Amino acid sequence: MIRVVLPFHLRNLARVDGEVTLDLASPVTIPAVLDTLEEKFPALRGTIRDHGTLKRRAFVRFFICKEDWSLEPPDKLLPDEILNGTEPFLIVGAMAGG
Amino acid sequence: MWCVGHKWLPAQLNQTEGANSMSTIRVLVGTKKGAFILTADGTRKNWNISGPHFAGWEMYHLKGSPADPNRIYASQTSGWFGQIIQRSDDGGKTWNTPGSSPEDLKGEGGFPKGESNKFVYEGEVGKHLWYDGTPHPWEFKRIWHIEPSLTDPDTAYAGAEDAAIFKTTDGGKTWQELSGLRQVKSQLWQPGAGGMGVHTILLDPKNAKRIYVAISAGGCFRTDDGGKTWKPITKGLQSPYELPDPAAEVGHCVHRIALHPSKPDVLFMQKHWDVLRSDNAGDQWTEVSGNLPSDFGFPIDVNANEPETIYVVPITSDSLHYPPEGKLRVYRSQTGGGEWEPLTKGLPQKDCYVNVLRDAMAVDSLDKCGIYFGTTGGQVYCSPDNGDTWSAIAEHLPTVYSVEVQTLK
Repeated sequence: MIRVVLPFHLRNLARVDGEVTLDLASPVTIPAVLDTLEEKFPALRGTIRDHGTLKRRAFVRFFICKEDWSLEPPDKLLPDEILNGTEPFLIVGAMAGG
Repeated sequence: MWCVGHKWLPAQLNQTEGANSMSTIRVLVGTKKGAFILTADGTRKNWNISGPHFAGWEMYHLKGSPADPNRIYASQTSGWFGQIIQRSDDGGKTWNTPGSSPEDLKGEGGFPKGESNKFVYEGEVGKHLWYDGTPHPWEFKRIWHIEPSLTDPDTAYAGAEDAAIFKTTDGGKTWQELSGLRQVKSQLWQPGAGGMGVHTILLDPKNAKRIYVAISAGGCFRTDDGGKTWKPITKGLQSPYELPDPAAEVGHCVHRIALHPSKPDVLFMQKHWDVLRSDNAGDQWTEVSGNLPSDFGFPIDVNANEPETIYVVPITSDSLHYPPEGKLRVYRSQTGGGEWEPLTKGLPQKDCYVNVLRDAMAVDSLDKCGIYFGTTGGQVYCSPDNGDTWSAIAEHLPTVYSVEVQTLK
């Protein structure tokens, strides 16, 4: 079971409180998590990655076990801590700064 | 008409107020940090405010369907998370991404299943001019404006940045581009500092095949075949400080156009500089800036009961986006342009440095006509008497992007 933490505005859009849990079969990559997330919550399509190209939107970040995986290759496998739910998969809106 | 000149007799005034009080006015306000809905009866004295709806999101535009006033479309957007279309079928009490059914939302695990945000350019994406003059591929950024059909609640048009027009016929669930617009010399369109978006869509109430659009730094266009083919309607426009060829066919920074439903061939335009009118559906434009203190500005609108009475809000210049002399003045022409009078009663007449954006003015259809506008300072003003007097009906909101008004009988 994978625990996904969405940013505030996407939780509101999907109308969920707290974490979202997803069941995925191994091997698990970031695109696989996003495919499953968007299948379960179609309203999120186009908000984390673009329609068509499926490229990550510029101001969205993926944090995995306290590391920024946003620029990691799409076929990189997620660690066991994410797969067994010990650590959450964080989808984060980049800081606006200022 | 029971009036003497422009002065209404008290008895008739009371009669008008009495008739108006049976109506409800709903003002849809899009702001930088959410949407607000203001309601009052037709006397337009006491206002209730609901919101923020979609708190924290940029709400570019909300507009109700003339065919079903409880159907409201909203453009919800974010630099982080992109474009969402929302729809209400109960006058703004509840909202869903179109395509979700009420059953989708029921129960503890209910959530919206509608996607509704897929805006994909038709065919080859193509290129327009970039800021440095090189070709640049079209990139969808957001929806600036939604224009519901005059007759079908499920049909609406959406104006996009980068400039394009999309159409839905299923209530906003799916959108298809009317790509003929981008066949009109679009390789020469070039964004200004504010982006290159379709911000005005006017539907001709007497000709279902005729649509007008205006594009920032793109110009003004018309279709007479329902959106298949388009042509520029810019003859008479002059932009000597914005374009190397002042009379170019495309590229003019049109800020807003407006029409009155009873005379849809008469168009009014607030351009970057200049206020203009056309009496032949845009085939020829004539400047009517007249005695305005500045002919730079953003919105322009037409009185619902007087097709030759129009309103603008002069702004100092393209370098100084605030009212001349720090005085917030709406200017009214009762001659279709050329002769203008300042409307100031109830508006701040010193130290006011707000702007009024292009989609932030609207009118109701009561007698007397109500005029409404929102400011970048977060005020929404209403005049219940054709512009003669004004009062703030909301204050301290985020920057107001858009104002639309529904007159509910």
